[in-house]
Amino acid sequence: MELLLAVASAVLYAAGIYLMLRRRLVQLIIGLGLLSNGTNLLIFTAGGLTRARPPVVPEGASVLEPPYADPVPQALVLTAIVIGFGLLAFSLVLAHRVHGIAGSDDVDDVGRDR
Amino acid sequence: MRLLVLPILVPLGTAAVLMLAPTRPVPQRWISLAGSVLLLASALLIFFRVNEAGVQVLQIGGWPAPFGITLVADLLAGILVVAVGVVGTAISGAAFSGVDPRREAFGYHPLLQILLMGVAGAFLTGDLFNLYVWFEVMLVASFVLMALNRTRPQMEAAFKYVTINLIASSIFLTALGLLYGATGTLNMAELARVWPTVGTPGVHGVLAVLFLIAFSIKAGLFPLFFWLPASYHTPPAAIGAVFAGLLTKVGVYALIRIFTLLFYDESPAIFTLLLAMSAATMVIGLVAALNERDFRRVLSFNLVGHIGYTTASLSLLTPAALAGAIFYVIHHIVVITNLYLISGVMLRLRRTTDLAGLGGLYRDHPLVAALAMIPIFSLAGVPPLSGFLGKLAIVEGTFAAGAHWVGGLVLAVGLLTLLSMARTWSDSFWTPAAEAHDLASPGAPLLAAIAALSLVTLAMTFGAQPLFELASRGAQQLLQRDEYIRAVLGGAR
Repeated sequence: MELLLAVASAVLYAAGIYLMLRRRLVQLIIGLGLLSNGTNLLIFTAGGLTRARPPVVPEGASVLEPPYADPVPQALVLTAIVIGFGLLAFSLVLAHRVHGIAGSDDVDDVGRDR
Repeated sequence: MRLLVLPILVPLGTAAVLMLAPTRPVPQRWISLAGSVLLLASALLIFFRVNEAGVQVLQIGGWPAPFGITLVADLLAGILVVAVGVVGTAISGAAFSGVDPRREAFGYHPLLQILLMGVAGAFLTGDLFNLYVWFEVMLVASFVLMALNRTRPQMEAAFKYVTINLIASSIFLTALGLLYGATGTLNMAELARVWPTVGTPGVHGVLAVLFLIAFSIKAGLFPLFFWLPASYHTPPAAIGAVFAGLLTKVGVYALIRIFTLLFYDESPAIFTLLLAMSAATMVIGLVAALNERDFRRVLSFNLVGHIGYTTASLSLLTPAALAGAIFYVIHHIVVITNLYLISGVMLRLRRTTDLAGLGGLYRDHPLVAALAMIPIFSLAGVPPLSGFLGKLAIVEGTFAAGAHWVGGLVLAVGLLTLLSMARTWSDSFWTPAAEAHDLASPGAPLLAAIAALSLVTLAMTFGAQPLFELASRGAQQLLQRDEYIRAVLGGAR
């Protein structure tokens, strides 16, 4: 399972970087989105995967039995998703503005005078 | 100490009040200024407390470290938060005449406060993931400030700025995920405690390089600085000044923190890499500055080049060099903020910052010239101003550490800075103006802010001895680590 997730995260990174190296604004933004999702998956995987053992103290016991899912990476990923979503929304609006001003979605045209 | 939360709560509260208050300029400006003054006051309170009683800690929500989020103020963080207060107060004051009404109507003042909150939070936090969150708070505020205008150069600059910073954040987050996987904690003090015992040299090396890349982009080190001169010259003075003064310094602070706390006994290769990057940053930044003909672009490249000074001293990791770096960071925050504000005055007086279009400012506006002289020559490193003292401390530190070529390079680059600033001074102030200008008003609030920051520079010049002792103690504290770790983990409240 770790291997599968590691490969998935690697594919997301690779696809994200490839798209960011393209010249179109929309592809750049999709690339950023993929990159941030690849990162989220990486945090989740690197934190360790434990199946079907929620970190809840069972009734009658006072401590957790050792093999339990670590809740911290999930909290980190949740925070990162929220931040990433906000930033993605902002960069979409920004790209829309840039497109409106430059009249083109080619990154090279943005800085060039018409 | 509960006070530690104030530099975060005060700007947040101010921003909330600003959003509810009428959007007319007058109340917005006064509320913003009051908030910044309060921020400065709370920062000073914290600083004096840290200076007297050592590292101060606040466990948020009563959760003991390493389980909750900890706020920590050691001397470095304390000084830097005071610097945030100083810059914030100066900028809020300058904003009385330095921002156009459109930006004010669309939320300039609350965004500035959010930015200050992000920077103060980044300096005070004792948790690496929390540092990431503060980075994002600061970045989102700076993104909007950058994009608050629809002119083409500004949109272009904003887009570059946003993209590169999002990439840097992704790299930072990747490093955090791997770090948590290797150690099981992100609390800085706990990390410093367990770090030598976990992971393989390979894991250590990869993490060190990932953090180095992420923070170097933020700090603007070669070869990752190209976004900075491409964007910092476009926004108006009261926005550019706060970016230049504070944002790159957060990157430098993060580098200092992570390299003194975690990677201090990593293989020397990483420090050689940092040193090489810093050396290249210094040289390329200043050579590029000499090539520019626009005052604000000259400043951007000077900003980049001088970041190299601080990181080069950091890479030596000796108390003397690190003290020099801390002194220089504080000096540079004040001076570069002031110079960007001066570019705003030039823009008001001559409607350009191109050196060819300036000139004759000395004759037309002697007061502006007198005020501008202090930061310009302080940045250039002319004795006895604070820039000279900072460079002296760095050169002494590098010589003491046996890195003579670094000291030599610092001196050579200092000469380039002198050349760059002397040319700026003569072109914009002494050369007769190409055409006659009507005597526009430079804007009293902007001048007041510049005068205040120049006074701070003078105070740092005349109070250099105590300030340098402070920087030395801060460096000791960073390098010994014990006090920091004990304060956070030892149950001190």
